[in-house]
Amino acid sequence: MYVYDNFDRTLLAERVSEFRDQVGRRLSGALTEDEFKPLRLMNGVYLQLHAYMLRVAIPYGTLSSAQLRTLAHIARRYDRGYGHFTTRQNMQFNWIKLSDLPDVMADLAETGLHGMQTSGNCVRNVTTDQWAAVAPDEVEDPRIYAEILRQHCTMHPEFTFLPRKFKIAVTAAKHDRAAIRVHDIGLRMHKNGAGEVGFEVVVGGGLGRTPFVAKTVKPFLHKRDLLSYIEAILRVYNQYGRRDNIYKARIKILVHELGAEKFASEVETEWQSIKDGPLAIGPELIADVASHFKYPTYERLANEPIELQRARSIKPQFGRWFRNSVSPHKQPGYSIVTLSLKPEGAPPGDATAEQMDAIADLADRYSFGEIRVGHEQNLVLPHVPQRDLPALWEALDAIGVATPNVGLVTDIIACPGLDYCSLANTRSIPVAQELTRRFKSLDAQHSIGRLHVNISGCINACGHHHVGHIGILGVEKNGEEFYQITLGGRADEQAELGALMGPAVPYNEVADVIEDVVAAYVELRERPEELFVDTVKRLGVEPFKDRVYAAR
Amino acid sequence: MTAPTQQKLKVHGPVVVTANRLRDGAVVYRAALGGWTTDLEASAIVHSAEDAKKLLAAASEEGLDAVGPYVAPVDTAGGRVMPGNLREQIRVAGPTFDLPGTAIR
Repeated sequence: MYVYDNFDRTLLAERVSEFRDQVGRRLSGALTEDEFKPLRLMNGVYLQLHAYMLRVAIPYGTLSSAQLRTLAHIARRYDRGYGHFTTRQNMQFNWIKLSDLPDVMADLAETGLHGMQTSGNCVRNVTTDQWAAVAPDEVEDPRIYAEILRQHCTMHPEFTFLPRKFKIAVTAAKHDRAAIRVHDIGLRMHKNGAGEVGFEVVVGGGLGRTPFVAKTVKPFLHKRDLLSYIEAILRVYNQYGRRDNIYKARIKILVHELGAEKFASEVETEWQSIKDGPLAIGPELIADVASHFKYPTYERLANEPIELQRARSIKPQFGRWFRNSVSPHKQPGYSIVTLSLKPEGAPPGDATAEQMDAIADLADRYSFGEIRVGHEQNLVLPHVPQRDLPALWEALDAIGVATPNVGLVTDIIACPGLDYCSLANTRSIPVAQELTRRFKSLDAQHSIGRLHVNISGCINACGHHHVGHIGILGVEKNGEEFYQITLGGRADEQAELGALMGPAVPYNEVADVIEDVVAAYVELRERPEELFVDTVKRLGVEPFKDRVYAAR
Repeated sequence: MTAPTQQKLKVHGPVVVTANRLRDGAVVYRAALGGWTTDLEASAIVHSAEDAKKLLAAASEEGLDAVGPYVAPVDTAGGRVMPGNLREQIRVAGPTFDLPGTAIR
């Protein structure tokens, strides 16, 4: 956990006071909506279909148990008893009153939470691997660098009015769990030939109406140059990025139009003029930021303790959950546990206040008081002793977050869609709910294997449909909900955009079509171990299209 | 980005002016007698783009009570005033599924 100091606490208190004044002036009529809107957006406050929506930043997806209890408190006291974890590791509350918002912000600030830079044309919450600092395949804790970026970009005057929003993701593991190649800037920490740890910098990824996979502009960047190089990228973007057309304003369009090589050359020129200035990061700064992270004091434990072996042998349900939701930890005797927020029939990523409180208690008991949020809209307890897994499983099962479907067909990413969002054209959540019912058999799900279904209710692609193994995009046709299906997308280190399978299908047929797609895959795969996405890669979408549309 | 506030005004039947209430974001309608109401049945209904623009202009002048006014279709065929499309149905009735903590615990 990153522990805030007095500087951070003062900054938050000042922001709460400022926002209280702004809300007061808006409610009194001293500010018009045009004047107030950019102020509320800078604090993560949107106006949606039914109410105000507050987006709370969860920097790099790391929460303390106290912070999770605060989110539960906000849900219970000011909202309707639940919150929604998003694909950018944030939390959204859907039923907030403007008149309550100053108190909400004050309550959030008690545990260091806020909504700053979760909206607007600024650098948004820097996201990372939900397994940061515990993944066995990681070279270093990427959150230290996410935090350095967060501190540098928060309220940075030069980056407060960018052409468009700007999203940065960092990973330090071989397997990319942070989807860095579909971010404006992606940073992959790795070792160079000399054994030094630095960053591969990829730029210009993104989804939305014009999706791109990011291009590498710097294969290896030394740590000391992180801020100066990011600053150079943002300066080039600030200078050349389009402000005349919102649909062409993201950096991905600039990178595409200039070409990655030319863009990299512009950045290089800018960078050379600032790289040895005050933005150079010395080891003392890295050490100082790292010192604010509180790491667990692990016990010396052995892998596969007797408690775990016994539970696996006598409780088949525990065994299934263990195989699906428990992952190896870098520390012997410990495990990483993923909590599925995708039970059958539930809105993906939602958690009730009672669940949040219970998970906070379990984090205190079993995971050094720490919780992570993943971009797949699930939670993680990152440091669980293996001997405690049977007891933890029973407790998680009792509150409905132990469905062993992580990474399977019902572990669906979905945006809020037309049920909440003022931009959406179609619903997403009911489509996801129906799919979880169709594929409710765990035996069938495990037999199908890893399969990511991502659903967006409009072209803005908050549900990351372009990079779903199966992507579902809602479009409106003459007032009716239709859905385009794409196949073969992926968001990991082999990031790829899905290919359109065929004509859009009406709302009532989506689940049937997805069942047919999955049945076609089971028929077409060479062997049970061949993943859906690999079958699509091998065969293309045509065999799926032939089978799915033949009957329609 | 096809929010109604960003679309060109087209009127092909009965319409109302709707917005969100400033203090809490609740869905409100421009009332037949002026001001705002949460009751769709009590809303002012017009049938032409010209009248809709007038209603919208009057509503927009009162920015203190309601935010983001726009013209929305309604269906009056059954003798009652009903929302004219799915988006407006959802704004009236809420999400089309049970909210967490109600059906699922």
